[in-house]
Amino acid sequence: MNTLIFRTVAPFLTSLMVLFSIFVLLRGHNEPGGGFIGGLIAASAFAIYGIACGVSPVRRALYFHPMGIAGFGLFIACVAGIMSIFVNVPFMTGLWVFPKVFGVELALSTPMLFDIGVYLVVVGAITSIALALEEREED
Amino acid sequence: MAGSSDTIVDLSQAMVTAPTTAADWLVIAPVALCLTFSALSLMFRKDVSRQAPLAIVGFALLLIVAILLLRHVWMNGTMVMTMGRWLPPFGISFTVDMLGAMFVLTTAVIALLASIHALADLDSTQLRYGFFPFLFLMIGGVCGAFLTGDIFNLYVWFEVLLISSFGLLVLGSEREQIDGTTKYAYLNLVATTLFLVATGYLYGIFGTLNMADIARKAPLLRETAPLMTLAVLYFFAFGMKAAAFPVNFWLPASYHTPRIVVSALFAGLLTKVGVYALLRSLVVLLPAERAILAELIAWVAASTMLLGALGALAQNDIRRLLGFVVVSGIGVMMAGLALGSPLGLSGAMVYAVHSMLVMTALYIAAGLAGSITGSMAIGATGGGHKADPLLAFAVPALRPSRAGPPPFSGLWPKAMLVKASLDVGAWWLAGAILLTGLLTSIATVRVFLLACWRDRETVEGATSGGLLRAAPLAALLAMTLAIGVYPQPLLEAANTAAAAILDNAGWAAKVFPEAVQP
Repeated sequence: MNTLIFRTVAPFLTSLMVLFSIFVLLRGHNEPGGGFIGGLIAASAFAIYGIACGVSPVRRALYFHPMGIAGFGLFIACVAGIMSIFVNVPFMTGLWVFPKVFGVELALSTPMLFDIGVYLVVVGAITSIALALEEREED
Repeated sequence: MAGSSDTIVDLSQAMVTAPTTAADWLVIAPVALCLTFSALSLMFRKDVSRQAPLAIVGFALLLIVAILLLRHVWMNGTMVMTMGRWLPPFGISFTVDMLGAMFVLTTAVIALLASIHALADLDSTQLRYGFFPFLFLMIGGVCGAFLTGDIFNLYVWFEVLLISSFGLLVLGSEREQIDGTTKYAYLNLVATTLFLVATGYLYGIFGTLNMADIARKAPLLRETAPLMTLAVLYFFAFGMKAAAFPVNFWLPASYHTPRIVVSALFAGLLTKVGVYALLRSLVVLLPAERAILAELIAWVAASTMLLGALGALAQNDIRRLLGFVVVSGIGVMMAGLALGSPLGLSGAMVYAVHSMLVMTALYIAAGLAGSITGSMAIGATGGGHKADPLLAFAVPALRPSRAGPPPFSGLWPKAMLVKASLDVGAWWLAGAILLTGLLTSIATVRVFLLACWRDRETVEGATSGGLLRAAPLAALLAMTLAIGVYPQPLLEAANTAAAAILDNAGWAAKVFPEAVQP
């Protein structure tokens, strides 16, 4: 896929899709969305960039290996569950804090942390599959 | 129930309000620990030098947690933790009784020993392709299956262990491995799909997935709902998982292909998860249906053990032979399930623990013998006793241990099962168990004679690979001897476990402490 139009549009498309995926991830707590679908959107963004500009720029841009990202996501999800040990409630209980940052009340919670973990697992796993498939096509 | 006019939310209507103590965390700790370490070892998977300490520390922690869990369950009875504080049956409950705790401890022992063996056995390429992340995930899945008290959650853990077992099977990407993995994957997916279908059906009937709740409601629905269909579906799905006749063919077709340590783990753990699920679903959830099916289960059990033993006699490759030995062991455990008496059930549990230890040890021993002689074919091996004294002792000790004479661990469960069968007059089942013992002895002594005793020029410079590879074998051997000589603690634990799984009311009272009217 080496057309000029696609190569020009791909970086903008990718950045827009990654932004949108984060929006979908954060929206997911009370409305449709969430870590899984957000992760899929981000993974397809990286796949598009890989189709347009080749796989190695994507790998360079991601910096970490996709499987490492997936591992980190799983770790975060586990931590989100284990946190409840400190407040004497069962595993995976939702915990909330409401800190004020610049006068805006932020609702931070372990379900959100868990969802970010899911997002990273999906991004890592699907991206690593997509990149591996795209690499095959080149040689 | 809750009045719509209430403005103050009464949390105790929806949530567990009793504070969770540190001891309660033991219930979830094995799973949480495995998943966390899986994530860590996935992050560091390129760094082979860090994999080893991570794995040893992880599995050592798992072992400690499992010992504490067993101790706690032994002293205080069934433990319950409901995730996210939502009241059962809406929150997912983990319920640990003696049966689960015993199996988790055995799993932890095997995981630690197998990972020690793997460090010496696998090269850095295989470690880099993710042996330890897969192993942690698989052990997490196995522990989750043993600990959960929710039938859909059980399905999820089956998926977790199944997917990671695909990864372990295909590690190395040889042609033969891919062939074995394909068979394993397809047939296991069929079984898992059946499990899912059965669970969907169950949810349609009961409207709940919590096992204690199902067990509580089953007597009320028995007259009107098609529970027999459910029981048969579960029997078929889990029987396939456990490799019972006539759906056992996937096991000998795939267990000889992967790395020997992977075969050892699979033979030790995975089929026993199927047996565990059979015990849980048929004895605990649908006891009346199990009683009606008892004769069918007994025939399946007898044919599984005899077919396994005969298959083992016919094989010429040590690993294939061991695959059939695994199958015959499954038959023996299912005999306990068919009997359903406390003695029969505890016999099946003791046999499962024994089988986990001994099958793992047998595969490791086969791996050592194979690396001494450079071949897995019985005809081509020999001279094992000269090259490695430990092997020369281990093989003749382990093989009869499988069959059952004293002083090894196979004796006690077989004696219990034979007695339990004679108690109900099922002389043919007792006969099948004894005949299987004889046939297994013949099959295994044949291996011993040909592979170890026979004199043969050993390959120059071939060794069994040092202390690290052999130490797990020695430890497993010591354990099977210890159980054989002093079985009292294990037998007591199994009796407690059998009593616990037959006591549904006590179980439900733990999960639903507020005693909702039935």
